[in-house]
Amino acid sequence: MPETSTATPLLEVRHVSLAYDGHRVVHDVSFAVLPGRMVCLLGPSGCGKTTMLRAIAGFEPVEQGEIMLAGRSASRPGWTLPPEKRGIGMVFQDYGLFPHLNVADNVTFGLRGVSRDERERRLTELLETMGLMAARRRLPHELSGGQQQRVALARALAPRPALILMDEPFSSLDVELRERLSQELRELLQRHNVTAVMVTHHQNEAFAMADEIGVMSDGHIRQWDNAYNLYHRPASRFVADFIGEGALLPGAVLGDGRVEIETGVITTGHAPACRVGRIVDVLLRPDDVVHDDGSDLKAEVTHKAFRGAEILYTLRLARGGRVLALVASHHNHAIGEKIGIRILPDDIVASRVNPAPRPDPRPGATPHRSLSGDRAG
Amino acid sequence: MAGSRLDGLRAAATAIALLVAIPVAVVFSSWLAPATDIWRHFAAYVLGDLLRNTFWLALGVCLGTLLVGVSLAWLTTMCEFPGRRVFAWALMLPLALPTYVLAFVSRGLFDYTGPVQTALRSWSGAADLWFPRIQSTGGVITVLTLALYPYVYLITRNAFRTQGVRMMEVAQSLGHGHVSGFFRVALPMARPWIAGGLALVLMETLADFGAVAIFNYDTFTTAIYKAWYSLFSLPAAAQLASMLLLIVLALVLTEAVLRPRRRYHTARPGAPGRRIVLSRRLAAFAFFYCAAILALAFVLPMGQLLLWAYEVLPHDLDGRYLDFLGHTLTLALAAAALTAAAALILVYAVRHNSGGAMRAVTRIATLGYAVPGAVLAVGIFIPVAWLDNQLILMARGLFARDAGLLIQGTILIMLLAYVSRFLAVAHNPIEAAMHRVAPHIDEAARGLGLGRLATVWRVHLPMLRGGLFTAVILVFVEVMKEMPITLMLRPFGWDTLAVRIFEMTSEGEWRRAALPAVALVLAGLIPIALLLRRADKT
Repeated sequence: MPETSTATPLLEVRHVSLAYDGHRVVHDVSFAVLPGRMVCLLGPSGCGKTTMLRAIAGFEPVEQGEIMLAGRSASRPGWTLPPEKRGIGMVFQDYGLFPHLNVADNVTFGLRGVSRDERERRLTELLETMGLMAARRRLPHELSGGQQQRVALARALAPRPALILMDEPFSSLDVELRERLSQELRELLQRHNVTAVMVTHHQNEAFAMADEIGVMSDGHIRQWDNAYNLYHRPASRFVADFIGEGALLPGAVLGDGRVEIETGVITTGHAPACRVGRIVDVLLRPDDVVHDDGSDLKAEVTHKAFRGAEILYTLRLARGGRVLALVASHHNHAIGEKIGIRILPDDIVASRVNPAPRPDPRPGATPHRSLSGDRAG
Repeated sequence: MAGSRLDGLRAAATAIALLVAIPVAVVFSSWLAPATDIWRHFAAYVLGDLLRNTFWLALGVCLGTLLVGVSLAWLTTMCEFPGRRVFAWALMLPLALPTYVLAFVSRGLFDYTGPVQTALRSWSGAADLWFPRIQSTGGVITVLTLALYPYVYLITRNAFRTQGVRMMEVAQSLGHGHVSGFFRVALPMARPWIAGGLALVLMETLADFGAVAIFNYDTFTTAIYKAWYSLFSLPAAAQLASMLLLIVLALVLTEAVLRPRRRYHTARPGAPGRRIVLSRRLAAFAFFYCAAILALAFVLPMGQLLLWAYEVLPHDLDGRYLDFLGHTLTLALAAAALTAAAALILVYAVRHNSGGAMRAVTRIATLGYAVPGAVLAVGIFIPVAWLDNQLILMARGLFARDAGLLIQGTILIMLLAYVSRFLAVAHNPIEAAMHRVAPHIDEAARGLGLGRLATVWRVHLPMLRGGLFTAVILVFVEVMKEMPITLMLRPFGWDTLAVRIFEMTSEGEWRRAALPAVALVLAGLIPIALLLRRADKT
């Protein structure tokens, strides 16, 4: 992490709890965002991420804790700095474009006390970067979904806020547009040197946009990390389950970071601290399992999903354990065929203590997204 | 077979549209006849006053309902203060009071001899206390404002509720506070809705007969009545009616031009935001403001009405009331059934004819809601009287004897007029219900072996039942409250509750008008209950 200790965080959330309609929806959440960083709150719907974002914007009062903006208190119990005095830009989920104003008037809406020349200059600059010059005089209902999103962003950026908040900015767009726009959006925000906090429930959007990601569930932040670590070193069963695909295999702890699983002994770079002999679940991502025709370790193909460049194979090991393997798609094998695999031995493999150790190894962990029913507490 | 049945449907729909088209044409054609002395008298001495009165009344009521309706809608949807939830629905209650009921109660309450001024005088000891004169332009504007603001309130509330909170948040995130956000975002966005509400208010104001009559405030509707019933000049009445009709049609056109803009202003309701929490001071102000409007427009008049009704009950309630009630219910029930049937025909005609012709027919047929009852009464009476005379002549020729009047002077002519006036009221809910009967439902039913009639009976009718019920209720209540058509077209001696109120109030017998008024108000509460139930569901 770069110079964490020296720079003042632009946004600091300290032990904040939030309630909505009498229900507590965010519990004791803390995090800080340094200037220029892009941060994402990721979690399933109803996890409290949008309420957190609205509290940062000043729309929700905090019940406990404090929100600091550039070192100054902005929200504390019983007092909330009004949203219009925070200098924060916000892009709403449904964009909230003013239907009675055209694109130009929407974008310049937040420019108060700005000279006419300056207003025109900023408008032109923003519309040009967003490729909206031709749509200048159009009304919101005459724009495509992607254009509406860009107008909403341009409008939020126009007053030059230090911090911009985005609530599911891509949710109303179709999938192809999402991927492209999230790339564009990141570059654009970087060019304007904007600090951003975004909320989404799509991990791909979070991975594409954010330097740091906070995974939330039930009002708690479960892990605050970069994308790589969330994927390969999930701190809890919930995170492992929520992020990416994979399979869990039961294994016995041997000590020194080594765990014995069905396929042999593996070294985990992320060793669970527990006593020798304990049964744990080991998370194997599809990219931890490599197809190798020369390998002695064989597994039977039970399911395959063609994904273009790759095929995602679900494989059954000799003793019934299941793993997923992502294999280049010209290795086309039929269901029932036995193929050679290798488990990558390095520290990419992560493991996680099973919250409730199971004495008898199950005949194979559930493959695919949902790794298991119980969520880490 | 099917083809001829569908032709029948088209013919029936067209006939229904003629119910509106003919009176309008007849009223306008009054200019073809040479001017009468009575008209010359009107043009020279009365017309100027009528135009002036109508102008000030329309302007005043517009401004009044705009101010009251929009401010109440804003407070009850966007702000948080004690009592907000109750006010939100209670402020619709004045819809139950016909304008003329509020008018006569207000006069009874606030006139020089009324309880309010009497109490003030005895309390202050002064023999001559200054008090604003209730029987004045300001008085009639105030009364109509209090009676009609719910139209603006309801429709504006909808606009604020679907988009207001979210849009205020957007404005705030762009540095605009509540005041600036209200004037720059919420109000301009709600403009098409507010305009729609005001158009309704204007139509009601221009069509109003009872309230202005009680205030002796001459407008076109009262002038039409006088020309016909005091001066016995139907042509002059028709000419006056045509002028009022011109004003109304201009209004309808304006509204139709503005309406399409509403479509684009609907924002998807997003996550619910938070209402503005008012400071103690502002919350107290909001509470007392809402309470004052509710008291003046509903609680006080209702209380006074009940009190009067209780006072006169022992010596006023007699056998005649059974007649009034019987006549009222007969008319309302027959008109509601006929109107719903006519609306159903229109809806089916459009469904089975994809072209624009039936849509145009429907548009004409439902235009009657804009035509003031006094105008419609004149426009229907003239051709019916002519038809009756033809029939009499024919009967004399054929049977060599005199026949009585067939349509004119029977309740049939009233029913025709009601259907014409309230068709739109019945058409809206039935059409909305029919929207849910998608064409593929027909295909599915036919695919399951149901015939055309069986499909209507077993599939359509159950799906339309709710809409039909609403239509019947709404028309029923409208007809109960209706005054000018009933007054001008009723058979001799055929008095209803509304007619009784007119007779009592034209003699200044406010107390004795209370008894029939209570019955009308109770009936008027039914559609509000329907409205509230629907609001609960969404």
